[in-house]
Amino acid sequence: MSAGRVTPAGSFPATFMVTDMNKTRTSGRTIGGLRTLSLQAPAVTLLFLWMIVPLAMTVWFSLQRYNLLMPGMTGFAGLENYEYLFTDPALWSAMGTTLLMVGWVLVITVVGGTLLAVLFQQDFMGRGIARVLAISPFFVMPTVSALVWKNMMMHPANGVLSWVAESLGLPAVDWFSSLPLTSVIIIVAWQWLPFALLILLTAMQSLDEDQVEAARMDGAGPIAIFFFITLPHLKRAISVVIMIEMIFLLTIFAEIFVTTSGGPGLATTNLAYLIYIRALLDFDVGMASAGGVVAIILANIVAIFLVRMVAKNLES
Amino acid sequence: MKLSRVLPIAGLAAVGATVANAETITVATVNNNDMVVMQSLTDAFEQSHPDIQLDWVVLEENVLRQRLTTDIATGGGQFDVMTIGTYEVPIWAERSWLTPLDNLPEDYQVDDLLKSVRDGLSHDGTLQALPFYAESSMMYYRKDLFDEAGITMPDQPTWEEVREWASKLHNADQEQYGICLRGKPGWGENMALVSTMVNTFGGRWFDMDWQPQIDSPAWQEAVSFYVDLLSNYGPPGASSNGFNENLALFSRGNCAMWVDATSAAGKLFDADQSSVADKLGFAPAPIAKTPKGSHWLWSWALAIPASSDSKDAARQFITWATSKDYVSLVGEREGWTSVPPGTRTSTYENPNYQESAPFAGFVLDAIQGADPTDSTLEPSPYTGVQFVGIPEFQSIGTQVGQMIAAALTGETSVEQALQSSQRATERTMQRAGYLD
Amino acid sequence: MTTAKNQTVARAPAAPATRSALASALLNRRLWLGVLGWTLALVIFFPIFWMIVTGFKTEAEAIADPSLIFSPTLENYAEVQSRAGYAKFALNSVVVAFGSTLLALLIAIPAAYSMAFLPTKRTKGTLLWMLSTKMLPPVGVLVPIYLLFRDTGLLDTRTGLVIVYTLMNLPIVVWMLYTFFKDMPKDILEAGRMDGAGTLQEVIYLLLPLTLPGIASTGLLAVILSWNEAFWSLNLTSSQAAPLTAYIASFSSPEGLFWAKLSAASTMAIAPILIFGWLTQKQMVRGLTFGAVK
Repeated sequence: MSAGRVTPAGSFPATFMVTDMNKTRTSGRTIGGLRTLSLQAPAVTLLFLWMIVPLAMTVWFSLQRYNLLMPGMTGFAGLENYEYLFTDPALWSAMGTTLLMVGWVLVITVVGGTLLAVLFQQDFMGRGIARVLAISPFFVMPTVSALVWKNMMMHPANGVLSWVAESLGLPAVDWFSSLPLTSVIIIVAWQWLPFALLILLTAMQSLDEDQVEAARMDGAGPIAIFFFITLPHLKRAISVVIMIEMIFLLTIFAEIFVTTSGGPGLATTNLAYLIYIRALLDFDVGMASAGGVVAIILANIVAIFLVRMVAKNLES
Repeated sequence: MKLSRVLPIAGLAAVGATVANAETITVATVNNNDMVVMQSLTDAFEQSHPDIQLDWVVLEENVLRQRLTTDIATGGGQFDVMTIGTYEVPIWAERSWLTPLDNLPEDYQVDDLLKSVRDGLSHDGTLQALPFYAESSMMYYRKDLFDEAGITMPDQPTWEEVREWASKLHNADQEQYGICLRGKPGWGENMALVSTMVNTFGGRWFDMDWQPQIDSPAWQEAVSFYVDLLSNYGPPGASSNGFNENLALFSRGNCAMWVDATSAAGKLFDADQSSVADKLGFAPAPIAKTPKGSHWLWSWALAIPASSDSKDAARQFITWATSKDYVSLVGEREGWTSVPPGTRTSTYENPNYQESAPFAGFVLDAIQGADPTDSTLEPSPYTGVQFVGIPEFQSIGTQVGQMIAAALTGETSVEQALQSSQRATERTMQRAGYLD
Repeated sequence: MTTAKNQTVARAPAAPATRSALASALLNRRLWLGVLGWTLALVIFFPIFWMIVTGFKTEAEAIADPSLIFSPTLENYAEVQSRAGYAKFALNSVVVAFGSTLLALLIAIPAAYSMAFLPTKRTKGTLLWMLSTKMLPPVGVLVPIYLLFRDTGLLDTRTGLVIVYTLMNLPIVVWMLYTFFKDMPKDILEAGRMDGAGTLQEVIYLLLPLTLPGIASTGLLAVILSWNEAFWSLNLTSSQAAPLTAYIASFSSPEGLFWAKLSAASTMAIAPILIFGWLTQKQMVRGLTFGAVK
């Protein structure tokens, strides 16, 4: 980017000059501080309210006996809801499932996305259209993609996958009963792979071709080039992918709701789904709130460890 | 906003004027076929009630239920008419969330509504919701396959016989499965069937002290039987099949037998939707130790939430949609097999219906024979055949349903599934204050 | 913009293949890459393709063995349309998705500006905290929000949804804009300031034009995320403000045969955003190159 190309300064009305100069010069720091405050204020205040009002209500409800279906039975419950939650065997299994889901989807999308990005960076016929097709799943609503996968791809009788398996003489796989977690991971990964591809492809475009060419001249094979030039170059983009995906993957809900309803057993119940069961099947607001508070704490732990690690990467 | 209100077309001015004065009511309903027909008759209603306009919110059952419960429990007031079931009505009525429906007009003929259905929708002797359609459960089978195998269907089949027939008729290579049953987890899905099986095997959900009985021998026997039957002679992926999936399977000719809702009869008997219409046989739901509670009773009903501010208009709508005239209207427009079944004696006395729906007698017997207040061999403290009429049941039923689905897929053993179900239910009941 | 140009220029000398052997090897390689690339792209796209195709089949064909030979029918579209007016839902989706995105950008630009150019000790912390708010499962706060909306009369209003989506996307929008802004050379802004530009002028005349691709791709991402959001839209609306995600919920698992109708409804629900995505993906890539992932 060259600074020389942009000189719109001349278009400023001259009258602003003096007053503004004075302000910034005389008390730059306070004004700066004030400016920071006033500019950030709307976003921070709104987010603060968005976070704090429901959060305060959630914390409050989590200390109450409050079931929507039991209007009479209300009152202060102390830590009863938490006690109940933490003795729930489903909680630990749900946390494990959450981590497994996030972990696998991240691995699949990052590895797959990187390989696809390298491929789609190469020159071939109709590359533009192929790219657009490969990116498409990201635009599809999670509910729709879950419905399509459930009814048209993975259906044990009418699904395309079972037809393919049968045509190849293999037994049809009953996806949602025998491989429930894998099935959900496949669906979610299918949605997020294009996102990773999009971001990584973008990053690939700023890869220095001269450097690659030089390495090739020095006798580096494609694999060496990938590991020593491409991958380091993509480091920052991969961090971005991991960070954004993680935010969304921790709260996956629609895909589970549509396909397996958290089962069979607890096989696909993640934390978000467990809270859903408490909140909207039991209508136990107290308990759901306690679950919400736990989820917030978990989210912040993840934020502190992982996001910070990633954020460090972003700095370089 | 309706476009017609915005478009400045002179010719529409007159229409626009009446529209502007009309009272709009929001009707929330399930996306089942009978409700879709009701929605398609909106014009007929608006013509006979020019001062009322209908706004529809059609959702799938699970989403609808959670949506409505959230709204009514918080007094959100988003809906004027709610489609709810026999399970919700007494619970919601007890909390005064519904508008009692007394003093119904003479020509509505309340007494024409089947008594067992009416009782299920009443609280303290007052009707709280009007039945739109009602169902029990029964067995469907393929006459052609039974004849081929030389099996005659007795008047009252037993589960043991069903297993024997299923083993004979099962031919997985030809995509011909001995029996289709619900396996999809949910209190209104697999647990509806499993509860009736538990009942007829002599079990119950709770004893008189509300102590869960899921680890009892009767449950063990019933659930083992169910898992064994369905995993040996059922279709692949049975654990994700609910009513709809089985309906599709049976109507394509993939199942020799199917035990499910009586409301499927009209669809299976309609040659446009089903390839087995001419080979369809009916029988009562199978029994084991006791006939008590072997078939369920459910109705979808229209209710007016107490939070509605258009109660009169809503009342006009629900009396219209559950009236005798509505039944005839559907019969004439959509064909008599499509009329909402199970609500009115007059429907079953109607010669048109009798002629086009040979299953009518079975259905009527099944509905009238189900007694929600006495459906278990040993006494139980609750009402409901395939459910327990307490608010906690939704989550209990769904949790237990998940465990049983896990047993069906072989992820856990039946014993393990029932033990963890028992523990989970005990926890819920303790928390709700039934147990110490 | 400039970056993209530099790249094309930079790449030109890197392809000096003139010798015929090399050329044919290259051609061969291109061919295989093409086969591989297209195969993978088609596999990834297949579920969407299959859904679109199924929407034009009859219900019986939809559950028969997979086949591409059938006579297309519009029956499902007619049926779906007669049950639920598509236009109303689509309009709500458009209004809510674009409205919330505009609002989010409006709020986020000043915030990101101050974070990028006037950082304090707490900037990093604020950013991280903002992002962590996104990790709270929405269902945990449904009841509190429902009560708030009931009391403020926001239930089933587009305004209500716009507010929720704005807040939902704000963390990501602020963060993305922050990375774009941070990559702006400071000296341009300095130069502007020396010339006497006030903050507002600085933002309007310098920052926005320079980072427009980045802002655009941030906006596009926000539009897509709002369009596809299915939890709040289902739970906070009933009839007036219901967007396309609610439209789908009425077709998701009805009785009887529904595959073809569901496919038709799904195709209609995703068509606008899919086409929008196709048309803007270049823009999105260009914008992203600029900042976050350079």
